[in-house]
Amino acid sequence: MPDTVTLALARRAARLRRHVLTVAASGPAHVGGALSAADLMAALFFHWLRLDDATQPRDHFILSKGHAVHILHACLVERGMIDAAELRTCGMLGSRLGGHPTRRAPGVEFATGSLGHGLSVAMGIALGEQLRRTAARTVVLMGDGELQEGSVWEAALAAPRFGLEHLLAIVDYNRLQACGRVDEIIPLEPLADKWRAFRWNVQEIDGHDLAAIVGALDTLPAAHGPSVIIAHTIKGKGVPGIEGTTAAHYAALADEDIARAVAALGVDP
Amino acid sequence: MIGYFTAVQSAEVLAELAETNPDVVLLSQDFGPVGSFTARFPERHFDLGITEQNLVGVAAGLAHAGLLPFVLAMAPFLSMRAFEQIRTDCAYNRNNVKFLAPFAGLEAGAWGATHHAIEDIALLRAIPGMTVLSPADPDEAVRAVRAAAAVDGPVYIRIGGLMPIDGYDAPFRIGEAVTLRDGDDLTIVATGPCVAAALAAHDALRADGIGARVVNVHTIKPLDRDVITAAARETERVLTVEEHSVIGGLGGAVAEMLSAIGVGRLERLGIRDVFCTEVCPYPDLLRLHGLDATGIETAARALLAG
Repeated sequence: MPDTVTLALARRAARLRRHVLTVAASGPAHVGGALSAADLMAALFFHWLRLDDATQPRDHFILSKGHAVHILHACLVERGMIDAAELRTCGMLGSRLGGHPTRRAPGVEFATGSLGHGLSVAMGIALGEQLRRTAARTVVLMGDGELQEGSVWEAALAAPRFGLEHLLAIVDYNRLQACGRVDEIIPLEPLADKWRAFRWNVQEIDGHDLAAIVGALDTLPAAHGPSVIIAHTIKGKGVPGIEGTTAAHYAALADEDIARAVAALGVDP
Repeated sequence: MIGYFTAVQSAEVLAELAETNPDVVLLSQDFGPVGSFTARFPERHFDLGITEQNLVGVAAGLAHAGLLPFVLAMAPFLSMRAFEQIRTDCAYNRNNVKFLAPFAGLEAGAWGATHHAIEDIALLRAIPGMTVLSPADPDEAVRAVRAAAAVDGPVYIRIGGLMPIDGYDAPFRIGEAVTLRDGDDLTIVATGPCVAAALAAHDALRADGIGARVVNVHTIKPLDRDVITAAARETERVLTVEEHSVIGGLGGAVAEMLSAIGVGRLERLGIRDVFCTEVCPYPDLLRLHGLDATGIETAARALLAG
């Protein structure tokens, strides 16, 4: 894969993180899980997903870890569907942008927030597209803490029964949930083995290595059954003061932390 | 199992709809083939096994992809285990999913309180944008399914142990209650299988010179304001009857409506905020909880005497 693709996506991911920081500058926000998903979202929204309503097949994206909404809004800004200035209104009276994805915001396909819903919904969409014999892809991004919800495993058990080669689940495996380490609260390991045992096609990658992300996406669809990408990530990636800490989950960032992070990203707002 | 056979009979409407509408799909949970639908449209019947949350989430996804899913699942488990998927994935996300829910009320009988659905109306009607139907006999269940298919939005069809009501073939219009018997002394406002029992109670009361109006509320939400407020104004006393908790069901909905206009005197007959733990067949359970014709008649006389 040409290096220019990953370089462009890396610049895009930096811009996405910059937009998340714009939201964080306005008040406390779920920044950690938004930032850990930035590279994945850059590759999905600006390389792999076909999201133009006017062309078919149109792919689908469900943000099952709805609290990472700011990275989705950031993608919608970069796609030109939301004005960058609107990010500063997030959560305020009259804004179209809330603390979880809602369908008030243009380009949000499904309203989420309660964890453990997205995989079933994505499975249903994929089933519908398969029934109509389209080649549309359905992608659902889940958090790792979210995998503690039993409904995820109902869907994981059911999906391979129906084929669903165009269904892709991605786990943003940043190892931290709201109040502690996933490994200490309810561990998921061996996570890849669990998905394999449920008959999914499993890839495990560094979720901040854009070449690896693009490589994993470009090898899909698999011959049989749905796929899952377990992406190892760092919560709060890109904001040095909070990277890899539970403090990143829902944070009010200090002005100097934001300024330092913005400088490190090296992109204009 | 009466309600289940009613649901399957109702699903025949789906097979008919599916002939002309390629978007109609059926989802069920370990029920095997459903009527003729499965044989006629094997690709469009999905058995999701013993799950409720995934079942409803998948249905929401199918609707999102433009299909018209009907979910056939047992009322107690569908309404309670998948409540949030119904609320958030279907109603909040404006997905057009229809629910066929047999085993509503006490129909599961001796299977026990785990299998009784006596909270489903309260749960479902609290969801914004949800239509809640509760047909009174098997043929009306078929008409309810047909009416639900024409609605753009989620519809929950509660199906209890329905027995045929002779000569009852009123057109099914969502939101319009049906007055089955006239009377000026009180109004029995009933839903589901209790409608047939209310008709029997009407006959017993009439033999004593008591005129009991009987109204079939086949649509719990939206509730028919005109018919219910007219009954309260004209007969003063109103008795609601349902195979559901007295909290939050038809009685609750009527109480909300009548309290707002300050007219009428209401008594709610239903499950009195208890689990029905007696081990016995379904008809005995109804009798023990005062929901057979005799129980309704007794409640009506008490309301008139009070």
